[in-house]
Amino acid sequence: MTQLVTAAPTAPTPESQRARPPRGSFGVVNFFSQGFLLLWAAMVVLPLLWAVMSSFKTDKEILSSPWSLPASPQFENFGRAWTTGHIGDFFVNTVIVLAGGVTITMVVGSMAAYVLARYSFPGNRIIYYAFVAGLTLPVFLALVPLFKIVGNLGTIPVIGPYIGLNSYAGLILVYVAFSLPFTVFFLHSFFRTLPTEIAEAGLLDGASHTTLFARVMLPMARPGLISIGIFNVIGQWNQYLLPLVLQQKQSSFDTDHSVLAEGLLNLAVAQGYKSDWSGLFAGMTIAMLPMLVVYVLFQRQVQAGLTAGTLK
Amino acid sequence: MRFRRLPFIAGFLIVPVVLYVIYVVSPFVQTVFYSFTDWGGFSDTQNFIGISNYTRLFQDDIFLGAVVHNAFLLVLMPVVTILLALFLAFMLNVGGREDSAGIRGVRGSSVYKVVLFFPQVLSVAIIVILFQSVFRTDGRGLLNAFLMALGLVDPNKPVQWFNSPDLVMWCLLAVMVWSGVGFYMVLFSAAMQSIPKEIYEAALLDGASRGPTFFRITLPLLWENISVAWVYLGFIALDGFALVTGLTPDTGGGGPDHASELISNVLYRAAFTQGKFGLACAMGVALAVFSLLLAIVQLRITRRDRIEF
Repeated sequence: MTQLVTAAPTAPTPESQRARPPRGSFGVVNFFSQGFLLLWAAMVVLPLLWAVMSSFKTDKEILSSPWSLPASPQFENFGRAWTTGHIGDFFVNTVIVLAGGVTITMVVGSMAAYVLARYSFPGNRIIYYAFVAGLTLPVFLALVPLFKIVGNLGTIPVIGPYIGLNSYAGLILVYVAFSLPFTVFFLHSFFRTLPTEIAEAGLLDGASHTTLFARVMLPMARPGLISIGIFNVIGQWNQYLLPLVLQQKQSSFDTDHSVLAEGLLNLAVAQGYKSDWSGLFAGMTIAMLPMLVVYVLFQRQVQAGLTAGTLK
Repeated sequence: MRFRRLPFIAGFLIVPVVLYVIYVVSPFVQTVFYSFTDWGGFSDTQNFIGISNYTRLFQDDIFLGAVVHNAFLLVLMPVVTILLALFLAFMLNVGGREDSAGIRGVRGSSVYKVVLFFPQVLSVAIIVILFQSVFRTDGRGLLNAFLMALGLVDPNKPVQWFNSPDLVMWCLLAVMVWSGVGFYMVLFSAAMQSIPKEIYEAALLDGASRGPTFFRITLPLLWENISVAWVYLGFIALDGFALVTGLTPDTGGGGPDHASELISNVLYRAAFTQGKFGLACAMGVALAVFSLLLAIVQLRITRRDRIEF
């Protein structure tokens, strides 16, 4: 490889070539770095593969020969996890909350960010900074009063049961509120970069502010919307603390609104007392695979979206 | 046109602002208020008791222990994660062979970027289940079995990972690093790729080898990203609630014998199992002060002249 560089058309003058230190050791560095990367990749992939493999085994096989392949794949593990382990219910709960949470976050988040980024009015800065300040404060600071607030909202006549503790909409609204700081912060900087000329032309043509937003600005902000949308999907899919506190059953007659992370973690902790290891691994596989498949299909957008948020 | 501006602005802001005030601003403010009361949670009476919740915290050995555990993670987790992520990112982007097109990453870097990012999309529950198996304390644990196969661990005395007070925090550190490195590696890779190639070519022509190139060029140009990463990782290190709850022994996690309890776990127990809401709110304030200090100190330390390129 050293030869290639010296022979390259952009090769430097002889003086600077002489100043160059010998590079023979680079082969070793390469070998070492490849080895290290391989090792780390194995540390990521092997436990995942092992868990998926275990989900096809019997409990006895998992305990007696953890490393061998399943003698015959136990597909009924998945059925058992889905029904008896309630993974199916948790899955449906998660999808409902996620669909509502991400949709509303995107709609109201982009509305707030757009107005704050492109219109000047009294109080603009205060509202913007109030949103951004929410980025630095830990959820734990809000936890106890939040529990009480959602509980109190549940006592409002008529709509109370829908937005109180252990309700879908209640959790969705909390997700939206806690997703707003980053969503507004991210989209604010995005809307600011869009050209003013197009907006002015649209207004001259008689478009209302709302039409301008929906027909011109939102389509132009699409890359930003996709990035923050992915960010919110991953963030809300993986929520654990908020559902744990807010989806507590209020009486034993309540339906269980647990989301996947919470339900699965309860199962995992309960395994210490009642062992259905194969069911646990099957449930975990059900919970893990959709996210991994979506990620592998859209990995470019996911990585770009998540890093854009931090690089800004 | 102008006369419809204000209703438009108000119409667009009303829903997000109301949601934000109800669910985020008001609980934050209330927490500060409740932290000065003896609110028990089950009753609705709150008596103002001044700072005695805070003085109680400073005499509470379990809480102080939790502060020490959080500090342990706060110092070590970001350092280890960032160093590993930087090293891996450097290997992926400039560690490979060089040819007429300049320097590039090692072979297969795009595959590594996809695979090493996996933990980022895994829910914390899945990470818990995985590491329950990795750190099982008998010979069937993935790590114990591996070390026994290598002859590093006596099969009759398997390592007691999470059950050992000396090891439990290190195991948690390992899990946090494992799940964080991939994301920050991709982040630093993206930042490295935005550094103009000409800078590296110039360094190459001047005869700089890999080490100096990294320390003189890559590192200073990435400084801003590193400091952002540091703050993010600090927030993660301050939380850790789900990992401790799921992975460590004792009811609700935090064991053995409080050896791995974090502030968030003590807070959760105080509020939702012991009903000491006032005290829990004081812990929340302490945690928030921690976070703000972290952010301020971090920004102070890492503040440098911004390099434009």
